[in-house]
Order: sequence, then structure tokens, then C-alpha cells
Amino acid sequence: MRLIRVMCSGRVDLEFLLRAFLKGQDGVYIGGCKLDECNYVTHGNYDALANTYLCKRILAHIGLNPDRMRTDFMSGADGNLLAEYTDEFSSQLQEMGPLGSSEGLAPNEVRFKLTAAKKLVPYLRLVERQRLRAPEKTKQAYKAYYESDEVRALFDGILSEKLAVSQILLLLGEKPLSTSDISERLGLNPSDVSRYMITSSRHGMVRYDTRSQCYALA
Amino acid sequence: MTLKKRPRYIIEDKCTGCTTCVEYCPVEYPDAFNQGISQNKAVHVYFSQAIPLVAYIDDSCLRLKEDKCDICRGVCKTGAIDFRQTTETYQVNVGAVVLSSGMKPFDPGIRDEYGYGRMQNVVASMDYERLLSSTGPYAGEVLRASDKTHPKKVAWIQCIGSRRVTEGDNSYCSGVCCTYTQKQVILTKEHEPDSECTVFHNDIRAFGKDFERYFQRAEQLDGVEFIRSYASIAKEDPETGSVTVRYATPADGVKEAEFDMVVLSVGLNPPETNRQLSEQFGIDLNDHGFCATESSNQIKTNRPGVYISGAFQGPTDIPESVFSASGAGSQIGEQLDYRRGKLARERVYPEEKDVSADEPRIGVFVCHCGANIGSVVDVPSTVEYVRTLPNVVYATEQIFSCATNSAREITDLAVEKGLNRVVIAACSPRTLEPLFRDTLREAGLNQYYMDMANIREHCSWVHAKQKDQATQKAQDIVRMSVARAAKLEPLQEYDLPVNKAALVVGGGIGGMTCALSIARQGHEVHLLEKAKELGGMARRIHSTLEGLDVQTYLDDLIRAVYQNPHIHVSHEATIKAVDGYLGNFTTTVETEGRIKTIKHGASVLAIGADVYTPAEYLYGENENVYTHIDLGGEIAKGNEAVINAESLVMIQCVGCRNEDRNYCSRVCCGHAVKNALKLKEKNPDMRIYILFRDMRTYGFREDAYREASEKEVRFIRYTPEDPPEVETAKEGGKDVIRITVTDQILGQRLELDADVLSLAAAVIPSASIQKIASLFKVTLSPDEFFKEAHVKLKPVEFAADGVFLCGTAHYPKHIPETINQAYGAAGRVLTLLSNDTVVASGSVAEVIEYDCVACGACITACTYDAIEFIDTPKGSKAWVNPILCKGDGVCNAKCPTSAIVLKHFTDEEICSQIDTAVTDEEVLQQMDAITEGGR
Repeated sequence: MRLIRVMCSGRVDLEFLLRAFLKGQDGVYIGGCKLDECNYVTHGNYDALANTYLCKRILAHIGLNPDRMRTDFMSGADGNLLAEYTDEFSSQLQEMGPLGSSEGLAPNEVRFKLTAAKKLVPYLRLVERQRLRAPEKTKQAYKAYYESDEVRALFDGILSEKLAVSQILLLLGEKPLSTSDISERLGLNPSDVSRYMITSSRHGMVRYDTRSQCYALA
Repeated sequence: MTLKKRPRYIIEDKCTGCTTCVEYCPVEYPDAFNQGISQNKAVHVYFSQAIPLVAYIDDSCLRLKEDKCDICRGVCKTGAIDFRQTTETYQVNVGAVVLSSGMKPFDPGIRDEYGYGRMQNVVASMDYERLLSSTGPYAGEVLRASDKTHPKKVAWIQCIGSRRVTEGDNSYCSGVCCTYTQKQVILTKEHEPDSECTVFHNDIRAFGKDFERYFQRAEQLDGVEFIRSYASIAKEDPETGSVTVRYATPADGVKEAEFDMVVLSVGLNPPETNRQLSEQFGIDLNDHGFCATESSNQIKTNRPGVYISGAFQGPTDIPESVFSASGAGSQIGEQLDYRRGKLARERVYPEEKDVSADEPRIGVFVCHCGANIGSVVDVPSTVEYVRTLPNVVYATEQIFSCATNSAREITDLAVEKGLNRVVIAACSPRTLEPLFRDTLREAGLNQYYMDMANIREHCSWVHAKQKDQATQKAQDIVRMSVARAAKLEPLQEYDLPVNKAALVVGGGIGGMTCALSIARQGHEVHLLEKAKELGGMARRIHSTLEGLDVQTYLDDLIRAVYQNPHIHVSHEATIKAVDGYLGNFTTTVETEGRIKTIKHGASVLAIGADVYTPAEYLYGENENVYTHIDLGGEIAKGNEAVINAESLVMIQCVGCRNEDRNYCSRVCCGHAVKNALKLKEKNPDMRIYILFRDMRTYGFREDAYREASEKEVRFIRYTPEDPPEVETAKEGGKDVIRITVTDQILGQRLELDADVLSLAAAVIPSASIQKIASLFKVTLSPDEFFKEAHVKLKPVEFAADGVFLCGTAHYPKHIPETINQAYGAAGRVLTLLSNDTVVASGSVAEVIEYDCVACGACITACTYDAIEFIDTPKGSKAWVNPILCKGDGVCNAKCPTSAIVLKHFTDEEICSQIDTAVTDEEVLQQMDAITEGGR
């Protein structure tokens, strides 16, 4: 376990979490102060908790084990708890095995999907701000809300489209591809791919080359 | 004063708190800090948060006793152990003294009936507190002494040593035990969710702020039972060690129950040192052995220049100890203000070099910390490794980087080697970051060019048995730190001028006391009062239970306020606007028809509270129904109808401790007893009944409660489910108020015919509290009193810097308590106003205007109102006020365009650590292994 110090767990960006996985970590852990016992008025640990749930959803969506992300809350005097939690977490990770291969994903596939997901972070921040709001600040309410069917459906809806587009853009960065190339490479339904491409070209992100019948980055 | 200092046998300046000596010391003896439940060594650090964090040698040391052992001296690498130390006597000249003798838990061993010491599984609450603690005897496991198993059934017996007049016990209520027991119950359930907890109690005295809710939280947990009954220890099962408790309930009579463990909720005793202090300082003690004080100022003693704080005033909890501690500071300030700052010396640093444009030249210092790091991590090979890292131009090892000579070495080498960034690979930045930042300043470098790589707490201490891996990890940690150091930026701390005046809102006892204390330390004070006259709620109170003549006191206080040339009173004042922040507020006030603009550095909100107007019990319909506060007034006026009443009934908890107001008004039980005693004094034949839910006469007020019972004031408990019923009736040709209530003990309905009915009307938040809170950008608690920044750490401050609070606007409280808190607030105001400038950290958020899309995400995220929109040539952009920013960085994590950056914890800095946590080679190796395995 390697530690990075922040002054408040609320500083932990969603991007940091995905970046850590992308950089070869098999698990990421956030240690925050006890909920509702913030020594200031920040209560940033609730933001860490929300990001934890979001990260878990993303991991699950791209086929990685969501239990690779874990967050616990404890006070500065709870050294024994930190030891207990992190021992438990590292043995869980050891059981799980290395990121990707244990989930049946090839290393470059993991990289590719995480990179695509990381690019979505600014968008997810907007979604989080505008559409996600747990009814009250309690651990139970956060869990119930972020694991609810409503949030799951919202997120899966957003992720399937946005993540697909993000992945397509990454692919197109390498070379122009046809709709069928794309659907083959990403295992997507060709009609979904054409829909995404039409929207993306309308947004000016891609262009269609009629001669080669391929899409390329605009 | 002549002071005697007992030898520690450790040279404090040399000891680094590494605890190697503790490891090697052969002598084990009971650990006093853990109540003697576990063992410690003859040389040890008293407890893990001790200040200074250095060891001391106890009398049980073999060398001290028999001149035998010398092991610790051999293993101490800094030569900090010195057996030649002797008791030192020295003299200091001081202008004032604060005595804070604290309290001592009651010793239940003095009475055989408690079974303490006789039965292994009967523990005192202080023992249990240590058992629950993660630094306790079993590292946070609650175990029984008899067989080291987890108790499943735990009982608490309340009021041990308190509220009793028997020899050796205390007649007063210790005031803290009800709530600490509830805390222990909650923690027990967190430790062992299926444990059963039973609390045997008398009254539940949840009189503090948010205590009522806390009690409900404990009571509503599964497997928790609160039983109102006296309880005694009956027997111990010699086989199992379980303890039987005998108790009684109205329904079932005497019963017995067996528990795995019994906790005695012991009260607070005055320590024996109080007698000695009393003799040495010539100060008086009260009958209970605490300091004798006037209720108009419980911080002052009978000897000028000698002040007290905390539990020397009497049994008290942490927040109130903090009020009086800060208050003692303010009173000393009044006395010694002319000497303020005279002993301070300013430190001069060399001029800071601008190296921001230079290539990073990083120096790395790897600390052995004696054997702490060095015996686990291979330090020399780590240094070798570090030299291969990018940007590192120099690396070396040190035995103790924090030792004075080593710190100087860091400064010297930084200059000699032309370093512009320094990494200290040693311990947690928690303690020593300021010291190492200082070494950079001494070298003419910006202090934020330093990073600490924690290879002790994060590495050698947790991986003592895996030396190779620990060395590998230490190298990883240093590599991450070096990567971060290369990205560090020089940051400036802001010096912000402080306006030396204070604004106090509210001219009651709290506001006036606070204003006077500030003014007596040479600061201008603007005191705002919404009414035509000063005095507030105290105008309606005539005496306190302690016997203070409130009106005379108030007149003196008002006179002192008007006579003080530094205090400017505005009457009939309404606040129109508050602008600015810490040190620089501008408040616009309308007073007596004109507008006044006041500039001030600090604000104190002392707006008081209101009294509930009862809608129940015929109040306002029958002229013989009063509130307690009005009854006090009628008694003082000598209203014959009241004083000559044959029968008088009081009903407690009117308008609070219910769904609408889920809190206890704290003062009403004391008021009821006070009025009852006054009436009994004037008319001993009057029949007085007090209908109550829990009598909350905490502290020394318990004596008055007892006196009232002795004078045959009848106390009848009622429950909220079965409240008293009140109607008018005619009895023997006379109009009476008929109160019907169920007697809980007899189980019968009682009819009481009263001439006068008095209601304990709740203390409710001031009608203007919402408005004042929004003007000063401060927050309210669930019950809509002011919310302090932290219950214990900052009880008179708001989270908004530079704004303070005191008095009943914070929570209902008695006059002496308000005065304590008012002095406390003044003390905190002075810590701000006595400085010419305030220094704000360099690690604050900053907006990159070009990237800002003015979406407001950061503004919503900031709980300090530190961010606002400003107009720029490029349109509206977010702007961070560096003075208000607390550096939490929540905004940074919310900004969709990464336009707001928390300095010193920027995305770039943190990502550099994430990226270097694992080397590229390691990732490649891992991937190869997978790919090969896959084939």
C-alpha cells in the first residue's frame, strides 16, 4: 500500500481514482474522517463517499470488480482500525488477483476502457452536480441512493453511450474506421454505433469521409 | 513563585520520542494511563498524544531503585538518558496565575458494597473508557478481566459517588456521567452489535446542547435498555465471574439480573491537590473542596491575580472547561495588557531567493530515526537508489533529521549544493513539518519547496518483520515524494491587516461582559442593543440559585459599560448589512433612526434567547398561571396573592423536550427549585408541588434540590405520554386551579388544587436569530440556536472566521455560565485583535480565470463562502478569497474544467505521486507475466 496525503478526503478526485487503476494499481483505498465528525464544517468525506460509489459503478460497467475500490472512515486515533481495514482489503485484492486478467480482460483492453472512462470525468462532475443528490447526509442514505435502481439506470444509460463514444474517439485517434469496424472492435451493436456517430458528427467531433466510407476525428 | 520540577531522567531536547528505550527496558509495571489494566515499561512515553512526545523514567526503574540496569542508556542513539538529573527548584516572576487542578474520578473502591476491586468484572467507567479506546489496554477490544472474553451483557449503574450525602460520597451531581454513559453504550454497540446494554439510572440529566437527541440515539438502539431504578451489586458467580445486580421497578418490585460486566458510572471528585493549592495561594475552597467563587465571576478567586479554570470551578464537561480556560486568559489580559508582547522576539530569516524558473535541484535526506527506521529499512541502499532518481542532485542519510545539528546540516547543505527543493524521508509531517519548513526558510528557500516522505509510520513501523519489502516500499515512497517535489511551487502566506475594534451584538449580560473584557484590554468595542435599554433577559431575573442579586449586579454592569470610554453603545439598533471578513468587517447599523457604518476586526454574537409563551395549561386565560420567570418577578415584587398562596404547583418541561423542540431548556429545574425555596422562606406553610419529568439540578444545584425536598416541597414525576391535566374548579367556595396527575409510584391519579400554577416555559431561540445568522454567514443547530465551529475544540467560535458567540443564543444557560462563556469569547477575540495581522496559509485554492466557465460548482461546494463571482473583462469568473479558504480542496474535485486549483495539492502534484507509485518497469513486468500466463 502506498499512501498519498490530502488535507481532506473531499479533495480526492474521481479522476485520481481512475488514474491510479490506469497506472497499474489493483485496488484504491480512501481513508477519511468519521462521517458527521468533521472538525471543520466541510464534511468532505461525504464527497469521497459519493465518488467511491461513482467509481464502483464505472468499474462494474467496464467489467472490473467494483470491490477494488474501498473507502473507510475513522478518526486519527483509530490506527488499529486502519490496520484492520487495510489488511482485510489487501488480502481481498490478493484473492481477486491482478486488475483485468482476473476479470478476463486483456491489459490493453483495461487501459483502453479506463482511459475512455477517465475522459468522462468532467462530464460526470456535471452529472453529479445536476442530477445526483442523496436525500440526506447519512451513510445509509448515501448507500441507499447511490445503489438505487434509479441511480443505477441513470448511470448505466449515461455510461453506455458516453463511454462508447469516448472509446470510439480513442479508436479514431489511431486511424479512420468504418461503422462495422468500430462495432467489431468494441463489440457494440452496429445500429448503436451509427446513432453515436451521427450525434458525434453533429457535435463536430467526427467527420464522415464518403470516399473511404470511414469516420475520422474532425 | 518557586517551582519544583521532578526529574524525567531524559533530556527533553535530545529525546526524539523514538521509543527504542521502551522496547529494551526490562521492567514492566502497571500502566497508569490505562488504569493499571495493562503493563508498561519503567521508561515510556506517558500516552501516544503526550506533549512533549518524549519518554520519562518512572520510579520503578531498576537503575533508580537498585543501581542495577543501564540498558536504556546503551540503546539511546541520541544520548538523551541522564540519570544524574535531580529535582530542580527555580523561581519565576509572574503577574498572574491560573489554577486548573482538574478533577479526579471517584474511587468506588472506598465502599465495599460496589464490589470494585473485589469482583473482577466490576469496573469503573474510567476503566471502561480505556477498554473502549484503540490505544487502551487491549488495543480497543473490550475484554473481561476474569477470562479475557468479550462481555455480551453489560450493565451501567449511574450516580456512583454522586448525589448522596453518605460519608465519602458527594452530595452534588457530577453532571457528566449520564452523557458519558450514553456514549459508552453507543460505542459498545459499535464494538459488538449484538451486545445487550442496560443502564440503571435515576434522572437522565441530558441538559447540555444536543444531549437530549444523544440520549434518544442511545436509548433507541436495539438491545439497549434504560431502567429507572436504584441498583446494587448483589453477588458474583465464582465460576463464570458474572455479576448479579439487584434493582426494583414499580411494576415488578425487586428483581435481579446477571451481567457479564458491570460498569460503575463514577462521578467527579476534587483532587487532593485542591487543599494544598488553597493553602499555598491563600484562596478559599467551598464545602465540596472546589474553589469558592462568586457566581458573577467564577473564574476569579478571592485573591487578586489568581484565576481558575475548568473543573476547579466544580464538576464540569469539556466545552465549559474550554469557556473558562479562554475566559481566564481574557481576565489576565485585562490585568496584564500593558505587558502584552513585551517578551516576544521576532525571528529574522534570510531573504527568499526566487528559484521558480530554475530546473529542480532536489536534495533528499533519509533519516534512520535511530533504530526506528534504520533497523528495518536499508537506509544506505535507499540513499543509493534515490541518487538515480530524476532531478535529485544530492542525497544523504542522517541518524535523526530532527536533531538540532541535523536540521542545521539540511540548511547548510541546501546552500552549499544549490538545492532548490528538499525531501525529508523520515516520519509523519504531523509533528515535524513546521521544523523542516523552517530549515528551508533559513536557507533562503520558500518553505513550500519541502516534502516529507513518511517512511516511519507508513513503512518501518508497520512492516518491521518484512525488511526487504519495507526497503522496497521506502524507495517507492521517496520516489513519489521526489516526483511531487519537482512539481512544488513557491507559495506566499498572506499577511492581512487586522482592524483592532470589535462589534458585540446584544446588550445582555453575555454581550456586556464580553464587551467590557475586550474594552479593558484597550480595544474599541461597538455594542449593539435592539431595545432602548441594556440588560436583556436578565432584567426579568431577580436572583440566582447561588444567591446573586441580579438587578444590583446588572445595574453595576450597565454603569461600567457606559463609563468605559472604549465602549460605544448603539440603542434600538438593527443591523442592515455585514460585509467583509476576518479582521476587516464593515457593518451597517440603523440606530435611533440614523445609519451608522462600523468597521471592526471581530464580531461577537450575543443576541440571547426568548421565552416560550405557553399555549397550554390555561396560560394567558387564568391570571394565576405564571411562567417561572414571571413567578420569580412576582416573588421579588412581594405579590401577596402569590406569597400567601396556600398551595402552588409547578409544571416542568412546558414547550420543550417534545416533538416541536427536541431539547432541554437546562435552566428550568434550577429556576423551579430557586422559586420554591424563596417561597418556603417567605411562607413555610405553603404546599408546593413540582411536577417534573427528570430533575436536572446538575452540579451544586443538587444541594438546593435536596434542601427543597427536606423543606417538604413535593416532587412528582410525570411522563410525556401522561401529562398533567389542568382545569379551573371551585373548592370550598374558592376558585382554584385543579391539576390532575398520575403518581408513578402509587399508580394513582392525584388531584392537586392550587392557588397559583407556574410553568417552566421553554427557552427558545431569539426571534431574530435566522436573520442575524444569515447576515454574518453563520449556521444554526437543529434546534435553531447558533452552531459553534466545534463543540469541544472551538466552542465560542463560529466556522466563519472572526465571528464568535456567547450566552443563551448558543444554548440555554444559567447566568454564571453565560458569564464564563462571555469571558471565553472575549479571550478568543483578543487572540485575533491583539495581532496587527493575521497570516493565512499559502495552501489555498485559486482560480485560473481563463478556464473558468462560471458554472458555480465550486461556490456550491465551498462551505466557507470563500468563493464568489467577480466581474472581469472576460465576464463573470469565480474568485477565491484566500483569507477565508481553508484549503480542503473540495472545489478542486468538483470543477468540470479544472479551473480551480488547490495550491500545494494540485492535480499535477497529486498525479505525479499516483504515476510514480508503481514504476513503469513494474507495470510492464506484471503485464508480461499476465500475457505469458494467458498463453
